[in-house]
Amino acid sequence: MNKPIRKIAVFCGILVIALLVRVNWVQFVQAEELSSSDKNRRVLIERYAHPRGDIIVEGKAVTGSTETDSRDFQYQRTYKDGAMWAPVTGHASVFNATMLEGIHDKILTGNDDRLFFNRTIDMITGKPMEGGNVVTTLNAAAQRAAFEGLGDKKGAVAAIDPRTGAILALASTPSYDPGSIVGNDEKASDNWVALNEDPDKPMLNRALRETYPPGSTFKVLTAAAALESGKYDIDEKSGIEDPYELPQTDKELTNFGNPPCDDATLRVALQYSCNATFAGISADLGNEEMKGMAEKFGYNEELFVPIRTAESVYPEDNAPQNAMAGIGQASNRATPLQIAMITAAIANDGKLMQPYMVDRLEGPRSVVEQNEPQEMGQPISASNAKKIQQMMETVVEDGTGTNGQIEGVTVGGKTGTAQRGVDNSETPYAWFISYAMTDNGSPVAVAVVVEDSDAQRNEVSGGGLAAPIAKDVMRAVLEGRQ
Amino acid sequence: MSSNSTTGGTSTVSAGGLPSRRNTELGLLVFAVVIPVFAYANVGLAKNGTLPAGMIGYGLGLGLLAGVAHLLVRKFAPYADPLILPICTLLNGLGLVLIWRLDQEPGVRPENAAPGQLMWSALGVALFLAVLVFLKDHRILQRYTYISMAVALVLLALPMFFPPVNGAKIWVTIPGVGSLQPGEFAKIVITVFFAGYLMVKRDALALASRRFMGLYLPRGRDLGPILAIWALSLMILVFETDLGTSLLFFGMFVVMLYVATERTSWVLFGLLLSAAGAVVVASTTTHVQDRVDNWLNPLQLGANGGVTETAQVMYSFGSGGLFGSGLGEGFTRLIGGIAVKSDYILATVGEELGLTGMMAILVLYGLLIERGIRTALAARDPFGKLLAVGLSGAFAIQVFVVAGGVTALIPLTGMTMPFLAQGGSSVIANWALFAILLRISDTARRPAPAPAPNPDVEMTQVVRS
Repeated sequence: MNKPIRKIAVFCGILVIALLVRVNWVQFVQAEELSSSDKNRRVLIERYAHPRGDIIVEGKAVTGSTETDSRDFQYQRTYKDGAMWAPVTGHASVFNATMLEGIHDKILTGNDDRLFFNRTIDMITGKPMEGGNVVTTLNAAAQRAAFEGLGDKKGAVAAIDPRTGAILALASTPSYDPGSIVGNDEKASDNWVALNEDPDKPMLNRALRETYPPGSTFKVLTAAAALESGKYDIDEKSGIEDPYELPQTDKELTNFGNPPCDDATLRVALQYSCNATFAGISADLGNEEMKGMAEKFGYNEELFVPIRTAESVYPEDNAPQNAMAGIGQASNRATPLQIAMITAAIANDGKLMQPYMVDRLEGPRSVVEQNEPQEMGQPISASNAKKIQQMMETVVEDGTGTNGQIEGVTVGGKTGTAQRGVDNSETPYAWFISYAMTDNGSPVAVAVVVEDSDAQRNEVSGGGLAAPIAKDVMRAVLEGRQ
Repeated sequence: MSSNSTTGGTSTVSAGGLPSRRNTELGLLVFAVVIPVFAYANVGLAKNGTLPAGMIGYGLGLGLLAGVAHLLVRKFAPYADPLILPICTLLNGLGLVLIWRLDQEPGVRPENAAPGQLMWSALGVALFLAVLVFLKDHRILQRYTYISMAVALVLLALPMFFPPVNGAKIWVTIPGVGSLQPGEFAKIVITVFFAGYLMVKRDALALASRRFMGLYLPRGRDLGPILAIWALSLMILVFETDLGTSLLFFGMFVVMLYVATERTSWVLFGLLLSAAGAVVVASTTTHVQDRVDNWLNPLQLGANGGVTETAQVMYSFGSGGLFGSGLGEGFTRLIGGIAVKSDYILATVGEELGLTGMMAILVLYGLLIERGIRTALAARDPFGKLLAVGLSGAFAIQVFVVAGGVTALIPLTGMTMPFLAQGGSSVIANWALFAILLRISDTARRPAPAPAPNPDVEMTQVVRS
């Protein structure tokens, strides 16, 4: 009987070996995949097992961590002025992590590879793991001015330091309180579901991720293209009639209220926001040249600041559509940040700086990453930029943008109304872009967009609702400098 | 000790000279007690930062059980295999620590299970010792072949008449006393029946067969018992929805049949029958279908959108990785349900002790199986061989079915890991199982008694000279 028993022994050996192979497969080959699966609750437990690092604005944390009674999640995220900072911080909840909370999650939790040495020391000394901090470039006063200025309206504000590209304010309304969804209870889940279903999309970062027709604010870019082409100059007659007949159509384009737009100079045309003149320039330069200029300012690509922005679009299009795109209509769509970048490049004498909002990443013991200002390009020459500055300053002194004036400070700006819907049936967006100029260059360029039911249809507006917000943001930045 | 086995210089009958190895067993037992005590301390330090209060009591208790067991083995089965008792003690001790560790997590049901398990373990060791003391020779069991069959059938059929516990009809619940899994005991009793039956019938089964296409096919009348067992295991599956037990019985029967007859055709026949049965049952019972679905897609979300127990178990293993989180620092409580301390106990091993700990535990089980089969090889009588190989084979299949099920190598079945898992019936039955194996190995390794001095021989020699 021993022969079959030996075979049974081999069979049992195979069973045991099969088990050994299987546990090696699961615990070695598949281990990484299983242990980091988003369905594996341990990932979240680990994330909240120690206080998370903070997001810092001007030396003060706008986030925090408190210890909870929850069994799985020892620490919970807290937010100061959560709704105001939401477009910057985003949230880190059991559902997901967004904006800076998401992008620099590993720094904040302390799991970043660059903090490996740090973790090892903590592990040896038995210290609890510590997260790093994300230090932003934002300006608290400017952010508050932007957020409070928007108030109950739907809209967004983006403000940049034109000299460095540092983002100073990034507001979006309606907003949400990230603190309301970070808990691990039913209430947080309910809030999360409600926020996702809200038709107003409170979690949408409108300053970076929503594209709007830029309307008349785009005319500064058309003006830039006109000057760069050499065919037009600031105080030369453009030779374009008002009303202007769109190419290949019999549709005429003009302005409400009969401003002096017929054969206007660029300065006058921008002052009165002449549709005819800028549509004519756009048609004259052609789609390729207009698109090229828009792309030099950052159109047609996603940006990472380091939050990913939506792509602003200046499309390839036929002549009449291109003419309309030249006055910020048709399929021309841009994020508020993109429009702020155009303003900033003009204010910075034609040099476009890469926008960024994270100054540095700090580990518990050392700086992990320091960001320096970077040049993105020089879309227009310094002399042309200065001419557009003159034109924009005229707009504020003596044009549609007088609401943007700040006493004792040179301000350049441009208003805009973006029409929406078929035959302008939906609530239009009111725009205002501006920059403030000092002896030391321009410290702030800002773009404001507000959904404004009071804006006169067919009329260049934006001066009414958006300009005061832009003014407050600029003033906040200027006052902070003193 | 070994000097006992050598007798007078003229004797040539003894196969002996085999050392008893009792001191080896004692040395190993020290490790088998010390390792769980350290593990116990480890859990306490990890969970509360202090040595657990019950550590000394637990250590002394485990040490006392092991010590008494060792002394009685020394007295009643001096030539028994030296590895079996230490490995069983180690696995049982670690199981107690793991259960106590899970007791520290509020909400993991059943709560506070370790004291009960310690009591069942003590009962198990008591039964182990009772078998060693009162079963002087395993061949006595041969007398009870057909009684065993009846007892086994009763044990297997009993749960059908009791309400299902947590969906499985494998329990006998006596109100006020507790519940019992008769299947665990039936495993042993039915092995005794198979061994006795096959020993008698093996020649008929092996020789009276027709050759067909190179295979020896059994005669129709010899097919009777195997078909009966097949039907029985299918019935367990259908009525008690217990995939594991039916697989265990059928697998064990095929193993013993093969050993008894040395005919490969029986194995093929058995495999065919089990395949046919599996297909029939899988296509008719939703319970089995669910298990198979879970096995094929272990990570798939449940019907309510939640993470299933199967998936949670996989995450436990994955999160354990190579070295584990350390005892007391894992999250197997996330598995939820009622089987964290029993069916899924290996998940805690995998997560907290890592791949290293899992391999160590599996190798311990492998060693136990190996010692059992070695006992079968060494046994001198066919009944002992069949019984030993049957018990070891059943144990091996159970370990494979449980560990394979938990790690999603095969579909999950409702059986528990011997010694490690929480559950009184299991731990008691397995101590009894290894008591029988120890008895067989003691008989096998015991030196043959010295021949009685024969005065006739002496006389004749005197006359011749």
